[in-house]
Amino acid sequence: MTAPRLARRRAPRPPLVLVVLAGTGVVFVTLPLVALVQRAPWRQLGSLLVRPGVVDALWLSMVTAGAATGVSLVLGVPLAWVLARVEFSGRRVVRALVTLPMVLPPVVAGVALLFAFGRRGLVGQWLDTPLGILLPFSTTGVVVAQTFVAMPFLVVTVEAGLRGADRRYEDAAATLGASRWTTFRRLTVPMLAPAIAAGALLCWARALGEFGATITFAGNLQGRTRTLPLAVFAALEGDREAAIALSLVLVVISLVVLLALRDRWWAPR
Amino acid sequence: MRRLAAVGLVAVLAGGCGTDAAGGTTVTITVFAAASLTDAFGELGQAFSAEHPGVRVRFNVGPSPVLATQVLEGAPGDVLASADPSATSRVAAAGATLDTPAVFARNSMEIAVPAGNPGRVAGLADFARSDLLVGACAEEVPCGRLARRLLADAAVAPAIDTEEADVRSLLTRIEAGELDAGLVYRSDVLAAAGRVEGIDVPGADQALATYEIVALDGSAAPGLARAFVALVGSGVGQRILADHGFLPR
Repeated sequence: MTAPRLARRRAPRPPLVLVVLAGTGVVFVTLPLVALVQRAPWRQLGSLLVRPGVVDALWLSMVTAGAATGVSLVLGVPLAWVLARVEFSGRRVVRALVTLPMVLPPVVAGVALLFAFGRRGLVGQWLDTPLGILLPFSTTGVVVAQTFVAMPFLVVTVEAGLRGADRRYEDAAATLGASRWTTFRRLTVPMLAPAIAAGALLCWARALGEFGATITFAGNLQGRTRTLPLAVFAALEGDREAAIALSLVLVVISLVVLLALRDRWWAPR
Repeated sequence: MRRLAAVGLVAVLAGGCGTDAAGGTTVTITVFAAASLTDAFGELGQAFSAEHPGVRVRFNVGPSPVLATQVLEGAPGDVLASADPSATSRVAAAGATLDTPAVFARNSMEIAVPAGNPGRVAGLADFARSDLLVGACAEEVPCGRLARRLLADAAVAPAIDTEEADVRSLLTRIEAGELDAGLVYRSDVLAAAGRVEGIDVPGADQALATYEIVALDGSAAPGLARAFVALVGSGVGQRILADHGFLPR
């Protein structure tokens, strides 16, 4: 217990250069947000946020981001487990591929999704004519676009959690005769709950902010595919006050999510 | 790496001026143009550079209301050419123009369908069919307003599947076959000839888009900005616009 106190007492002043540069960084990132807040139509905010178009967008965003997070949990947690616990050749390539959407420009993701699931796409042409399933221009298409872009955030977070977790518990369970599936279900998942929750929250926030892939793949129609970010984009052309109000909603939600994560994502223990 | 960064910085600072390969000074003027003007203005830009050696024309293409907002927020530009007189008036009213905006072209609407017309679209009435995927521009842009007016005049309640921010993104979706039909400008059907087919709409000549152009107050080269505006209104400019399917002012 004495070590930290000693360290604190002896901590030298941080170099001025670093402090100035760090401060500039903070100002650079915060300034646009301050500008947004400064332009906000505070008086009309209440009435702007209950307009039909705004309510539709809010509701649609909540539903689609929630569904995308659900799909990501179902597919992403096993994926993270495989990447962390199973040795196989090409694992690094698979990991790179599944995390690619994190760095890919979302509009590229949207075009790629169209080529895959569009009416004339690789898989889409079979979904369309025989099955009558059309993903583009549908709410399901929005969920597909959001899942594609947001799932990697969950995979990366859960995999980091798995790597940080003590494997001896799993080994002990195996020694006691538990199958790998039972161990995964009864031990690994509960043990990983904080990492899974953090990953899901991050995934949900990313899905909520998704714009490029959604507008490219799913189009833009109020009540069906126009989520919050698309509504901001649509409102920018006509109703700027509404656009700013919607932007504020997105900023507040994102900030709350990041505060809720409390450093969990970027400081995995 | 450092040299690369320095060159980049100089390029950014220099803005509109630079040196061409031959060592002569080049000037760049920036024209904010409505999405539907993309191809016609590309050709007009080349004609302008041919008339003014050393002058390069670059374009900022987008939905007219967005362009107006960009100008009003201080985006550096020399000329504004919009498909929406209300957008141009908004800029003029704020005192951000050098002159009074002038009408330079008009455009009529057509139904565009992918080559081969897979949805067997015959007219506006097909926009009510729920088995088809149909699109229109957003109501905020002129092509969206005109499309809705035509549909309302034909007493069609459309089952629209997507509202695109500008006419070119709508056209792209029709070209790709993702949509069975959409209402675009005649000039757009011409620009995508071979990939889309146009179907005439009754009453289209009663619902025309009006294009206005004006030199901007923030221009660093007002002489060149006005010269570009003059070219667009000249015989040469009008011929290029007519070749691209635009109607005379």
